[in-house]
Amino acid sequence: MIALRRFLSGGWLRAYAFLYVVFLYLPVIFLPIFSVNTAATPKFPLTGFTLHWYQDLPRTPALLDAAWNSLIVGVSAAVLSTLLGILAARSITRYRYPGRSTIHGLIMAPLVLPEVIVAISMLLVMLQLGLSLSLFTVVLGHVLVCIPYSMTVLTSGFEGFDRSLEEASADLGESAFGTFRRVTLPMVAPAIISSLLVCFTISLDEFIIAFFLTGTEATLPIYIWGQLRFAAKLPGVLALGTLLLVASFLLMTVAEILRRRAAGRTQNEGGLYA
Amino acid sequence: MPEQPQILRPQSDRSMIEIKNVTRSYGAFKALDDASLTIREGEFFSLLGPSGCGKTTLLRMIAGFDNPTSGSISVGGQPMEGIPANRRPTNMVFQSYAIFPHLNVEQNVAYGLKRLKLQGGEEKRRVEEALAQVSLTGLGKRLATELSGGQRQRVALARALVMRPKVLLLDEPLSALDKKLREQMQVELRRLQQAVGITFVLVTHDQYEALAMSDRIAVMFGGRIAQVASPKEIYQRPVTRQVADFLGGMNFVKAQIVEEDGASLVVDTLGFGRIKTDKPKAFVRNGGGATLGIRPERLRVLWDNATAKFEVAGKVVERHYFGEITHLIVEIPGLEKPLSVTETNDFGADDIPVGTSIRLAYDPEALVAMAD
Repeated sequence: MIALRRFLSGGWLRAYAFLYVVFLYLPVIFLPIFSVNTAATPKFPLTGFTLHWYQDLPRTPALLDAAWNSLIVGVSAAVLSTLLGILAARSITRYRYPGRSTIHGLIMAPLVLPEVIVAISMLLVMLQLGLSLSLFTVVLGHVLVCIPYSMTVLTSGFEGFDRSLEEASADLGESAFGTFRRVTLPMVAPAIISSLLVCFTISLDEFIIAFFLTGTEATLPIYIWGQLRFAAKLPGVLALGTLLLVASFLLMTVAEILRRRAAGRTQNEGGLYA
Repeated sequence: MPEQPQILRPQSDRSMIEIKNVTRSYGAFKALDDASLTIREGEFFSLLGPSGCGKTTLLRMIAGFDNPTSGSISVGGQPMEGIPANRRPTNMVFQSYAIFPHLNVEQNVAYGLKRLKLQGGEEKRRVEEALAQVSLTGLGKRLATELSGGQRQRVALARALVMRPKVLLLDEPLSALDKKLREQMQVELRRLQQAVGITFVLVTHDQYEALAMSDRIAVMFGGRIAQVASPKEIYQRPVTRQVADFLGGMNFVKAQIVEEDGASLVVDTLGFGRIKTDKPKAFVRNGGGATLGIRPERLRVLWDNATAKFEVAGKVVERHYFGEITHLIVEIPGLEKPLSVTETNDFGADDIPVGTSIRLAYDPEALVAMAD
């Protein structure tokens, strides 16, 4: 034990931690670096700095269409899965009933199912139902993968919601709807917004399900996939990828801050400070 | 003649809460079993008992968070059946305080007033008044998370009192506070109740809290009400062994019934001789035997040659020191269990050696008959 500790404290622990982070983020770092390089092929040494590839992005109609499609799908999927998530999370955190943990497990399961299998299954179902492939079918697919994330965020926001807060509101004369509006909603609002942001981000970045379930309309990841066939388009793809990366990172950060705030707020410490 | 200072606040005899044969069942389990009770207007009433005795269930039914399986509850002469919590003339101080964490102190206190849509600064005035009543003036802008436990408790009180309820319900309001603060709040709560004159119904498992604050106490066990009386009566004349035990130390003495009529008993005991005592209502004759009880502090050590009209002799077998008092365990010939005696330490009870033969004085009035 002591030998191990000495071994680790001798700079080895730091080196390990450094390599760990490099392994996680090195591939991602290449994206922004090559996206501002003047050469059309991503390779070292770098030839010069340019924002040319970024300036080209808004002049590509197919890209703008894809961005618009992604926005529609992202917002719809976020709203739908958050709505469904609220109902399920409320039931899971508030009530005790037989099969509760099984149901919770089943809702969370899509998280670990192979996406390509889910995508194929959904495609089969959609075709059986006679639905023609469109952005609508993509939304349905995304709702399926978003719900587990939505649930995770919402249950952590709802957990520990002290029931006596709602009782106190009723006791002070407020109606059931008034209690929901004046107590429940303000307290869980950060968790709900957090869930919307997480779901939007997941949908924005999701490729496989969108690839299988969309008709002729491409979302951003599908557009990127299509562009990869043309070597000359690669820097533009890198620039777009960088923007997606930054957007996702920002959205997830805001979502996490809101989630923590919601989780902190619902804990009613009562007299623990006494 | 100088005017007599008024010590006792005149008690109203009008009833505020009527609980009639209330039962609350959960399947086969009865949380409350045929409980009947009258709580008077303007009194400080406590529901006392161990956890699971049904006291909180009863309080929540008065508040409207739960409904009786059978029986009826009325508040201020109005039957409460079918009236939801938000339309009852009661307000509650929750055990967890249930302070709204997204609102500041003022907004918490004004929460219930918002619906009343008061005119011309009346709302602000009432909030200020309520905060002053609980000594929180000037803390109106603080967030709940910035308050100590004692302050949160005061906010909960102010938030309920500002509604001017007919009845204030308090669910173990002091249990989360430390000992010193708890004792301070007991005095303050009592003072506040006297000042506002509202009926207070307190739920507690702490017998000292109930004794210190209440006008009357209902002691509950297993969903049933065992005794309803003033603190002094409950403590000194418990009607069952269970009540006696719950309220503090009690020496139990076996006795033989010699005479029995409607109101009194004459019994023979081995240590204390023949005693005449009031017969408790719940008393059931168990063959020829009965149980008497005497509180440890009602037995007094007789020093040197002092004598008393009633005394028993015995031998000290154990001594426990508690600072202001000493606990002596005294064996009395003929009694199956030794007597427990508490003496204040002003005459040297803390120096009596174990093994000493001593005599104890008692008042036969302090020996009370109890149902098992």
